[in-house]
Amino acid sequence: MKPTKRFPVHLVVFLAPATLVYTVFMIYPLFDSLRLSMFTPLPDRTETFAGLANYVRLFTDANWAPFLWNAIRNNFVFFAVHMLVQNPLGLLLAALLSSHVVRFRAVFRTLLFLPTVLSIVLVGFIWRLIMSPIWGISEDVLGLFGLAHLNQPWLGLEATALVTLSLISVWQWVGIPMLLFLAALVGIPDELIEAARVDGANAWQVFWGIKFPLILPTVGIVGVLTFVANFNAFDLIYTTQRALAGPNFSTDILGTFFFRTFFGAQLQPGNPTMGATVAGVMFLIILGGVLVYLFAYQRRLQRIEL
Amino acid sequence: MGRFRPFLLMLAALTIAGSGFAQSGSLTIESWRNDDLGIWQDLIIPAFNAHYPDIEVTFSPTAPTEYNAVLNSRLEANSAGDLITCRPFDLSLDLFNQGYLASLNDLPGMENFSDVARSAWVTDDGSDVFCVPMASVIHGFIYNRDIFEEVGVDEPETYADFLSMLQVIKDAGYAPLVMGTTDQWEAATMGYQNIGPNFWNGEEGRRGLIEGTIGYDEGGFVEAFEALAAWRPFLPDGYQAMSYPDAQNFFTLGIGAIFPAGSWEIGVFRPLVDFEMGAFPPPPPAGQDTCYISDHTDIALGMNANSDNQEEARLFLEWMTTQEFAELYANALPGFFPLADHDVTLNDPLAQTFLNWRNECESTIRSAYQILSRGTPNNENDLWNVSAQVLNGTLTPEGAGAAVQRGLESWYPPQQE
Repeated sequence: MKPTKRFPVHLVVFLAPATLVYTVFMIYPLFDSLRLSMFTPLPDRTETFAGLANYVRLFTDANWAPFLWNAIRNNFVFFAVHMLVQNPLGLLLAALLSSHVVRFRAVFRTLLFLPTVLSIVLVGFIWRLIMSPIWGISEDVLGLFGLAHLNQPWLGLEATALVTLSLISVWQWVGIPMLLFLAALVGIPDELIEAARVDGANAWQVFWGIKFPLILPTVGIVGVLTFVANFNAFDLIYTTQRALAGPNFSTDILGTFFFRTFFGAQLQPGNPTMGATVAGVMFLIILGGVLVYLFAYQRRLQRIEL
Repeated sequence: MGRFRPFLLMLAALTIAGSGFAQSGSLTIESWRNDDLGIWQDLIIPAFNAHYPDIEVTFSPTAPTEYNAVLNSRLEANSAGDLITCRPFDLSLDLFNQGYLASLNDLPGMENFSDVARSAWVTDDGSDVFCVPMASVIHGFIYNRDIFEEVGVDEPETYADFLSMLQVIKDAGYAPLVMGTTDQWEAATMGYQNIGPNFWNGEEGRRGLIEGTIGYDEGGFVEAFEALAAWRPFLPDGYQAMSYPDAQNFFTLGIGAIFPAGSWEIGVFRPLVDFEMGAFPPPPPAGQDTCYISDHTDIALGMNANSDNQEEARLFLEWMTTQEFAELYANALPGFFPLADHDVTLNDPLAQTFLNWRNECESTIRSAYQILSRGTPNNENDLWNVSAQVLNGTLTPEGAGAAVQRGLESWYPPQQE
């Protein structure tokens, strides 16, 4: 007689807490927000089903579409600066920190990671002060190089505000890709590198020929983490430029656009259903980005057993 | 036993006093003005009790950011106070339309308030008034007298004088106008709405916008944007990234000469400055005899329509229309001016200067606040954006007028015809 297999109760016990918390605080709100985006408020404070009308309005109405596209465009600029500056810089720093010729590596590692643990409100406030045309030190710093005349109210000009904020964000978060890259780099077995050296490869060749291909999975993870974080970003813009994301919405990204729509700003009352619609668009963009990563990048990676 | 007698006597006295109050009614005032708690407890309520000693009044404020929500839920639950501090315009109008605020048309003393003073608390057709106006804020320019004397300039009579005076101050090495554009609202509130009424003839222009006979893209409304654009060379270096608190500090430290102001700054600046301050009203264009000021209605008091103490509440409101209340309130809060037509004397000379303008100039309120900020896009928000852009040089005055008008026309029927 075959022994009946007992139901694996311990699996349920171990999975339940995470499943419950995740369902209550993440999955349910996500679907409820998507549900809300398909309703429209009536004058008597109830809501009625409107299908995709809110999305049509968001993408076609002259009062909504320009703001949406402006926020999406700015968000891609924000993302591009992180991909082009933060992640290469993080890789460079990780490569230096994993090299045996650099001294005080632990000190540098701590210092470079430090801004990550600072409160974002603090970071925004400090940088606003540094850049302040009245009390700030950006003019003095440029003056050290004889460039004081180049100083601008960086956060006050439409042309420079968004890139300036992106670079402040890079300054704060560069420690994260640096640590991820560093962890991947130190995980590479020394034998591989020694073998390359024996074959006559120089440091440059070792890095691009051996190390970089081996940390490609991490490169992908860092890329997708940056994407998700950037398209959810909100706090830095809000603390430095407030909900209006000035000047003239030049620093408005999807997070701040959502905030203004949902909660309202100044005399404009909040609009929860349109706010949920903006959140729905954010969700779709992030979902799209993650799917691209999964199918176009992760599946093509060659797994190398080390 | 003897030790307890004073205590027992006190208890008995309290019981008797308490029952006495209960018979004469008690009033509770809902408000968002946390900061004014002391003023109400120590000045206003005792002054009221000097006339009506049997009515017990409690001032019960809520945090400003929570006031609207808390008040709404209390009204819905029928647990709100008898007297309700009214926000200006649509928030209070909604409460009246829902039947939470009582009409005060027949309240004795209401005749002391002009149409402009009532404008924030009347129905759109003006047939019902539902709050007793308490205070307004007036716009103008506060200046540093020491710098004016050093440079040798006087208060300007016309807008052209004003601009040439700014040039003289600039040549002397001071920042003439202290304002930034990064927070945007100053550009519209202390810029456009400050100087604008002189160009659109105050109420005439504002009512014209509401009736649809004039637009932001024509006449005085564009001229006002042009006048605002003339400020550009006179703002401090880097004004594009200068915040409101930055500007306040800049002025109180004595680096800048003139602060485009709202009268509420008087109470803020007074303890911070060590120089003499003066003030002048927005100067009208040359050749214009009448001057106009923005005398913006800000706060009022109404009666809960479901209150159990309506008689007492009306007595309190009636007392608020008197000279005595006006003078008490205005002196307790310099920069917040009573709206009744009484002659009031203020102890603060700078506040008195602002108040005197009411006798010399015609009063109006900010153009976007009544009716025009109900739709999407919000008219006031649009004004913030374009006023800041005009000062930043990213939008021409004509472009600014056209942009605001486009937003208004997109939803406001009288402007569509």
